[in-house]
Amino acid sequence: MSHENFLPNTPEDIREMLAAIGAGSIDELFAPIPANLRAKSFDLPAGMSEFEMLAGLKALAGKNAGDLSSFIGGGFYDHVIPAVVDHLSGRAEFYTAYTPYQPECSQGSLQALFEYQTAICELTGMEVSNASLYDGATAMAEAALMMLRVTERNRIVMDGAINPFYRQVVKSYLAMVNVEVVEVMPVNGAIDRTAFIAAIDEAAAGVLLQNPNFFGTVDDFTDIVAAAHAKGALASVSVYPVALGLLKTPGAMGADIVTGDGQPLGNPLSFGGPSFGFMASIKKYIRNFPGRIIGETVDRNGKRGFVLTLQAREQHIKRHKATSNICSNQSLCALRGLIFLSAFGREGFVELARLNYDKGGYAKQVLASVKGVSLYNAGSTFNEFTLTLPKSAAEVVETLLGQGIAAGVPAGAWYAGLDNQLVVTVTEKRSKEEIDTLAERLEVALWS
Amino acid sequence: MSVYYTKEHEWVKIKEGVGAVGITDFAAHQLGDVTFVELPKVGKEVKQFAVLAAIESVKAASDIYSPVSGKVTKVNDALENNPEIVNEAPEDAAWIAWVEISDETELKNLMTKEQYDEYVKGLE
Amino acid sequence: MELIYEKSRAGRRGVLLPASDVPTAAVLPKSLLRAESARLPELSELETVRHFTNLSRRNFSVDTNFYPLGSCTMKYNSKAIEEAAKLFGDFHPMTALLPGGERYAQGNLAMVHHLGELLTEITGMDEVTCQPLAGAHGEMTGIMLIAAYHRAKGNKKRYVIVPDSSHGTNPASAAMAGYEIITIPSAPYGDMDLDEFKAKMNGEVAAVMMTCPNTLGLFNPHIREICDIAHSFDALVYYDGANTNAILGKVRPGDLGFDVIHLNLHKTFGTPHGAGGPGSGPVGVKQALVPFLPMPRVVKKDGAYSLETDNAASIGRVSSFFGNFGVMVKAYAYILMLGRQGLIKVSEQAVLNANYIMSQLKSHYDLPYDFTCMHECVFSASRQLKHGVHAIDIAKYLIDRGFHPPTVYFPLNVKEAIMIEPTETESKETIDAFIAVMKEAAEMAEKDPEALHQAPVTMPVTRLDETKAAREQAVCYSKW
Repeated sequence: MSHENFLPNTPEDIREMLAAIGAGSIDELFAPIPANLRAKSFDLPAGMSEFEMLAGLKALAGKNAGDLSSFIGGGFYDHVIPAVVDHLSGRAEFYTAYTPYQPECSQGSLQALFEYQTAICELTGMEVSNASLYDGATAMAEAALMMLRVTERNRIVMDGAINPFYRQVVKSYLAMVNVEVVEVMPVNGAIDRTAFIAAIDEAAAGVLLQNPNFFGTVDDFTDIVAAAHAKGALASVSVYPVALGLLKTPGAMGADIVTGDGQPLGNPLSFGGPSFGFMASIKKYIRNFPGRIIGETVDRNGKRGFVLTLQAREQHIKRHKATSNICSNQSLCALRGLIFLSAFGREGFVELARLNYDKGGYAKQVLASVKGVSLYNAGSTFNEFTLTLPKSAAEVVETLLGQGIAAGVPAGAWYAGLDNQLVVTVTEKRSKEEIDTLAERLEVALWS
Repeated sequence: MSVYYTKEHEWVKIKEGVGAVGITDFAAHQLGDVTFVELPKVGKEVKQFAVLAAIESVKAASDIYSPVSGKVTKVNDALENNPEIVNEAPEDAAWIAWVEISDETELKNLMTKEQYDEYVKGLE
Repeated sequence: MELIYEKSRAGRRGVLLPASDVPTAAVLPKSLLRAESARLPELSELETVRHFTNLSRRNFSVDTNFYPLGSCTMKYNSKAIEEAAKLFGDFHPMTALLPGGERYAQGNLAMVHHLGELLTEITGMDEVTCQPLAGAHGEMTGIMLIAAYHRAKGNKKRYVIVPDSSHGTNPASAAMAGYEIITIPSAPYGDMDLDEFKAKMNGEVAAVMMTCPNTLGLFNPHIREICDIAHSFDALVYYDGANTNAILGKVRPGDLGFDVIHLNLHKTFGTPHGAGGPGSGPVGVKQALVPFLPMPRVVKKDGAYSLETDNAASIGRVSSFFGNFGVMVKAYAYILMLGRQGLIKVSEQAVLNANYIMSQLKSHYDLPYDFTCMHECVFSASRQLKHGVHAIDIAKYLIDRGFHPPTVYFPLNVKEAIMIEPTETESKETIDAFIAVMKEAAEMAEKDPEALHQAPVTMPVTRLDETKAAREQAVCYSKW
């Protein structure tokens, strides 16, 4: 058989190397592994060329449904991605590098991530940011852990209107460390202000909020943040970054920590990953941050440069006392986020948010006019909103999927008593025609 | 005033039942440029050889253990914004906290200056 | 180089948005709106392209430089796997979770399931979840599974044992799951001190976390015994898969007695690391732990794939959806291309290359553990230290000579450690060139240590003041 994929050593090379080592064969190099510990099986298919592999995977990908007209969000959003994002993040010098441990030969990644941190602070109204976390859900869990560390308390108060997957991840993380998670369920798709504020006591380390929330409701949490602070608790707000083109920043609400999922910023849907989690806060808490942080400094000649900084917080130095176990993050996805934001720029990003808001507004009006359908949200919305249908949303969604439309996410799977509620998302990629078609098909599905 | 040392390279200078605690010249040199000192809260009760504070340099983080049991009565706020004092004057201006000593008999567990110097020589 | 914010000019535009085909909606109440737009950069498309292209040229990478970063397995990332990931690019994860939605995502679900099966066979475990998003995330997930196992059995457990040579993520992950850490020192033979381990092992130990081969690149011949001792206390044994590149087809952690394992797809299975991530950290478990696996779990029934989302014993969800799917596709494509024989040769060539480097550099560097190594070898710069030259000085000199430095100062149990992992994708010529430069550095340490202290001199910046960065904490642009 000829040489295998990606292995350059020729038989002659191998002979020379073994001779230099003083070994008779490659098997001899594995002598430290006792015979009784050897693999009992390794039953894998034979290898193939890239052409055969790609043909096979193309066939496999073909088993997915083709183009669905998609009105689903729930944490991941179908936004445009400018061509420059793929091209620039696809520079091999970025994507085949490791974590920038050696700053002199990693200034490209380091400066880009410093620029990324700046962009995240600008979007969120915060003072410091790290260089990314895994995703929006784990970023929220890390924020909860950070609030517990800062306050040395052991209770988290969480809004039940937060994305259910995020809440599940927060609970998985906190179940391990004997922390009480108080979940306050929403009313009419919005936070239950009175109950939520009442749940914040002197044992509360912090509150977890989301804007817009799972139902699409947009809020100003200034009062809730103030209530948390009055009890010595912190406030962390998860955001949908595209909405921050228009919406009030968590910084302006007085929040201490902001998290979110960066997928909408230039990362493909890719069946849920990779995206990136972002985290920003006020400067006071920087030493409590999880993950890598890039800092500005100078070289021996006084020239500006960038390095990984505050590493003494991290696992490779502080081991079990580290602020988090995170090592690999999602740098390349964060870079995509930065390129996306740079491509649209200051005004373009506001226009993108405005376009989403307008599309959402139009769809909301058209769909809420369908016979028997009404709007569930009491408050304002951005590009996502919740409808009350005259029948089970799950049934309607299944029917419309069969017609090539992903009509939305039924809320009933996570909220008792909300079987008829459908969360609909409309990004700039949905045309007026698609929205009108959804309204027609919805009416047919409901009444025929 | 009397001075004692620990094997973990802390010193304590005692005057009228209160001990000022810091890290030794040797420890400061080992750590390299100090970037942060995590001070204890005033009022904290600490046991002998339990964690009192923490100190970070660029590539290391280490705990500072209290040479004596007692209550923290004062901390050196200057270290918060100027951690470099630890490198400049570790056994003087860079005291970290005052501990009101609750059990003077524990002093027997500490080293004198001569004993500590001898101990450090053994490490080098 | 200027920051992108410094290049920005008010009013300059990059990419245009699609025109709106709907009426303008009424403005939101002022209390919900931001006061001022975010100060994002304003550049033409060309300026953006030049900025990032020029930034990229300030990086070393596998495609441009030999990158023998120990413990990180910086092998070549094939271009075909990038094409493979694009085939699956544009698919909303929520589709599969809608009522009746699984049937529209059969291709994706089949990929997740089949990758899990392949990894199960490769590791000798009983089932694999791909939900964890990186190695450390896999470790935490693994420890959560172990905690769930003990909880279900009513076991009272408090501790996790790690060797002192372990990756920092091991104790950090165990601590996140609420465990206290017992650290076991290394013995002169380079592995965890077996006697010390036996002395510290007790009924309250939940898990023992091992890296095998360990971070010195040595295979622990007592590994089966360690597993047996742990099991006799009903402690489970965790395999840190960071070094799996050494053992493909040779050893399977499942056969050795390990109960839980994580893999780093971005190391062993050739997916690129993206200057820090995304990674992917699948976790494999033995049957006793299957009931606790995170949700949603992809299951195959009558030739169709579906999602199990409801299982009371499960540790729950550890990330938003199904893991770093795009990374998983790349690893899947890699495994398909290499196949059984190819994967075995991967480990053989990785081990050959590492031993070759070890044999050639012994004359110039101290080798504190002089045994046949696996996929990486660890030298010490202690000989050079006598001339005032540290491991970091040698690392910086390598940069000037076009090589990314090996990992330095890890593992912690080797003074002035230089940890070299060449991987299997490098040719003998490249490795010989690296060896020559390493020898040159050792010679310079004796003759001209100052030259090493000055390195690097060919990069955009010289050595950077990390103390200033840590003290000042300038982590965002501030001179608007």
